[in-house]
This record gives sequence, structure tokens and C-alpha cells, in this order.
Amino acid sequence: MSDDKTLAETLARQGVSRRTFLKFCATMASLMAMPPSMAAEMAEKLARVRRQSVIWLSFQECTGCTESLTRSHSPTLENLIFNAISLDYHHTLMAASGTAAEAARETAMKENYGKYLMVVDGSVSTKDSGVYSTIAGVTNHDMLVDVAKGAAAIISVGTCAAFGGIPKANPNPTGAVPVSDIIKDKPIINVSGCPPIPVVITGVVAQILTLGTIPELDQHGRPKVFFGDTIHDRCYRRPFYDQGKFAKSFDDEGARNGWCLYELGCKGPTTYNACATTKWDGGVSFPIESGHPCLGCSQPDFWDAGSFYAPLSTGEWGSGTVLAAGVAAGAAIGVGAALAARKRQDTIGGGK
Amino acid sequence: MDLLAFAKGPILMWSLIIFFVGVSWRLVGVLLLRRKPDYSEPRDTSPAWGAVRTVFTRMWVRKEFRARTAYAEVLSYVFHFGLAIVVFLFVPHILFIKSMTGLSWGGLPNGVIYAIGVITLIALIAVLIRRITQPVLRLLSNFDDYFSWLVTTTPVVTGLLASAHLGARYETLLGIHILSVELLFIWFPFGKLMHAILFAVSRSTTGALLERKGAAT
Repeated sequence: MSDDKTLAETLARQGVSRRTFLKFCATMASLMAMPPSMAAEMAEKLARVRRQSVIWLSFQECTGCTESLTRSHSPTLENLIFNAISLDYHHTLMAASGTAAEAARETAMKENYGKYLMVVDGSVSTKDSGVYSTIAGVTNHDMLVDVAKGAAAIISVGTCAAFGGIPKANPNPTGAVPVSDIIKDKPIINVSGCPPIPVVITGVVAQILTLGTIPELDQHGRPKVFFGDTIHDRCYRRPFYDQGKFAKSFDDEGARNGWCLYELGCKGPTTYNACATTKWDGGVSFPIESGHPCLGCSQPDFWDAGSFYAPLSTGEWGSGTVLAAGVAAGAAIGVGAALAARKRQDTIGGGK
Repeated sequence: MDLLAFAKGPILMWSLIIFFVGVSWRLVGVLLLRRKPDYSEPRDTSPAWGAVRTVFTRMWVRKEFRARTAYAEVLSYVFHFGLAIVVFLFVPHILFIKSMTGLSWGGLPNGVIYAIGVITLIALIAVLIRRITQPVLRLLSNFDDYFSWLVTTTPVVTGLLASAHLGARYETLLGIHILSVELLFIWFPFGKLMHAILFAVSRSTTGALLERKGAAT
């Protein structure tokens, strides 16, 4: 439940020094492309905020988003910030279960009506009245609509909540849809990724708490500060792309030399995310740095965008049989056209 | 389905089907046309060799016309070679061809391709200006000439914009680039772009005929 302690008091109790806290704020301000003066303002405001009530709903998902957040290089300040937030309902992390858990959610909604932040991971089943995913006998759809009514804002965490993700992949047996397809009257921030980057989630929360505003969003509803550039544009392997040096398999000389992974199917050129700048595991690495092409997991419908290992310039051109049939059909038309031309020649020439 | 997926999916397949149907149609239709009977006595020459030779000898400017046609010839060579290099030596293009045919070869560094793309575009603009400003050429030009120029130039422009990320998001520019190439595929068999294939047919036909008559080709 929310209490009266400020974030600064909570962090101090957990042994986080003011210096560490200021460093975190400076990093956040820098990541969000804010002017340096905003770091101090952010620190001041963040320190004074009361614990924000957060209700986290998990629908059709794999818990990877929660794993990402909780298993980041521990203990990170992002985690501590999240601990400092009053996470009133999260059925993976909370101690309570069953009726007690649902009662906690209802109490939090009642006490913080109109003010709580709602975080959703997972897509929402709509087929057959949404029976494919329920919590305590309530369909995801009904719970989403109910909880969204009192939310100040909604953060769709992960590609499933933001765009439908893997549950929405063809043939989409559960009729999965993203949160934004159902909720139309609340501000929704999509923090996509499979899973999303923990510091991006924290950054969004920090902005809402400090500035009281929703970050500027891109066309897919994602914060531009984190999703403004493609992986390709920020990739340290980009110079190899420009030089035309590509790894052609996972164990060739190009791969060993760290050359561009475009030919191995990297979707970095069309993927917007902060992996190449914030990286993962406390800034250790990100998939491309570990030698694997970007899957494009923060983009809508990435699961249905062809093979992960097919180069981006590969198209769905059909099959050789279809094109051969086209050649045959064209030849038949050509024969017909030539015969018609000859007949016309005969007519004009009077049969000579 | 977003623009890029649309461009890379069904539209690509249908544009290629139309391309192959059209090319096959035009080529077979031309090859099966009835030839005029030639009643002259053949010289002691080889029409087949004359046909092959003419395809290549007519790639060079005749000395007599050099001064008058050099400008257009040079421009044409620049943009034809430029297009060939950009289309066949840019690695993403090679990967596309490989996905269709299984064939692949080495490419050039992207920076070189971008530079050649810009030179190609300048040459394409120059030939259009020449077409518009020369009265006789303008009189001879029709919709086919201008539209064929447009569908040839648009992929170059959109490709350069995509590589430079100018004007829109990369995936949108890439989608537009692919759509512009698909427009070229669709128009290719039915307009003057078909000269890329028919030039060999017409030159070889002329070459064989003239060789039969003993004329220099």
C-alpha cells in the first residue's frame, strides 16, 4: 500500500546515498535528452514525491518483462526506485495470492482512484469473450477495462501489451490485441521490447513522477527519447555496414572480427529501441554485441515479419513455380499476339 | 500490415508476376512475328555472326556522329553503368537477388554505392533536361519516354533518401523505395524500358539482314 514516506526517505532507509541518487538522476536526464539543469530538478522532485501507487496487470505474457526488470544486474538503482514505488498489485511479485491478492488490487484502486499508474504486460484475449486468459475468473479484457477507469496513465510494458506480440502472431488463436486497441480514453505509453529495457521503464516512471507529464511519443506510442533512433544508427558495428564488411555465418572470419550482421538477418535498420545505447545487464552488452542479429522485438508484428535470419532486403516474392507459370502464360499470350499479327498481315496483304 | 511489410509481401510477388508475364509476352510476340521475305541473293557472309557482332558494334558512337552525339552518349553510359552498379553491386540488392535465384557475388562498400547513386541521378536529370530543351527531341517524346524516365529515376531517389534517412522514417522510406522498384517491374515490359531486352533482338535482326546483304554493320 502507499505510505507517507517520500522517495528520498525510502531510498535512504535502503542505504542509497544522495550521491548515488543524484548520479541516477543525471543519467536519467541525460538518457532522456534533457538539459543538465533538469538533473537537479529531477532529483529534487523525485526526492519529494510520495510513493506512487502502481497496479501491474499481467495478461497473455511469458513473465519475461517482469524477469527483465527484476533480474537486471542486481541490485540496481532502477530496482530500488521500483521498490520505492508502491507496487500494490503484481501477481508474480506480491506475497498475497488468490482472493487476498484481488482484494489488494481493489483496495489500491479505491484508495488511489484517478491517481494510480497502471502497468500492463501481455496482450488481451478477445476471441470467444476473452475466455483464453482469466485471473480469478475475470477475463483480461474485463479487468483491463475496470482497472483502466481509475488510472491516471497506462504503461504498456513489453511488445505483447504494446502491439499484441507473440500471442497476436498468426494465426492469433486467442484474438489477442494490444491494450491500445481497447482503452481509448487514457494516456498510454508503450514501452515495447521482448523484453523491454529496465532503465526505459524506470525512465518513463521517473518522468511521470518528476515532471508530471507523459513523455513525447512516436507514431507507435513509444517515448521518443528511448525509441527515437534505430538500433542500426546507434550500432557500434555500423562502420562495417558502411564499409561493406559483413559476417556471412555465425562462425566465419567476419563474425570473429565483429563485422556487420545484416546478412545474418539483423533487423537493426528498421528497429527503434535503446539497446545499442543503454545496453543490458548494467551496460555490459546487447544482442548484437554478443554476436546475434537484432530480431526487431520492439517493433509491431515482429514475429510475423519473416525469418529472423533472412536479410532485411529479402522479400516475399512468391515461388519459382509461380513465376515460371507467369513466363509460360506470357509466352502463350505472345504466341496469340504473334498469330493475330500474322493474320492481320495476311488480311492487309490479301493473302500474299 | 505496415507499408514495408506490404511492399515486401504481396505487392512484390504480383509485380514480379506481371514483370515475367509481360516480358515473356513481348519477347515471344516479337520473335514470332513474320519476317519479310528477302528475295535478294545472299552475299558470301555469315548472318549469325553479323547479328552477334552488331549487338556490340552499335554500342560505340560512329566517328561521323561523335561530335553531335557525344554528350548524350556519355550521359547515357554514365547512368546505365551507374544503374547497373547500384542495382547489382549494393549488398542488400545482392541479398535480394540471392533470395530469389540462389546466386550471389561480392558487393561494393556502401559509401561507393551512394556516390555512384548520386552521379547516376545527376546524369538522369541531365538527360531529362536535354529531352525537354531540345526542340526536335521534345517533339519526338511522348508519355512513354517521360514515364519510363520517372519509374527509372524514382528508385534511385528513394534509395538515396532511404540511405540518408531524409524525409521520413527509414522503414517508410524503404517501403516507398521497394514500391517504386515494383512500379518499375510492372511498367518495364509495357513501355520503352523493354529496350533493355529488345535492343539485342532489334540489333541482331538488323545485323543479320545487313550482313546478308554484305553491308558493313
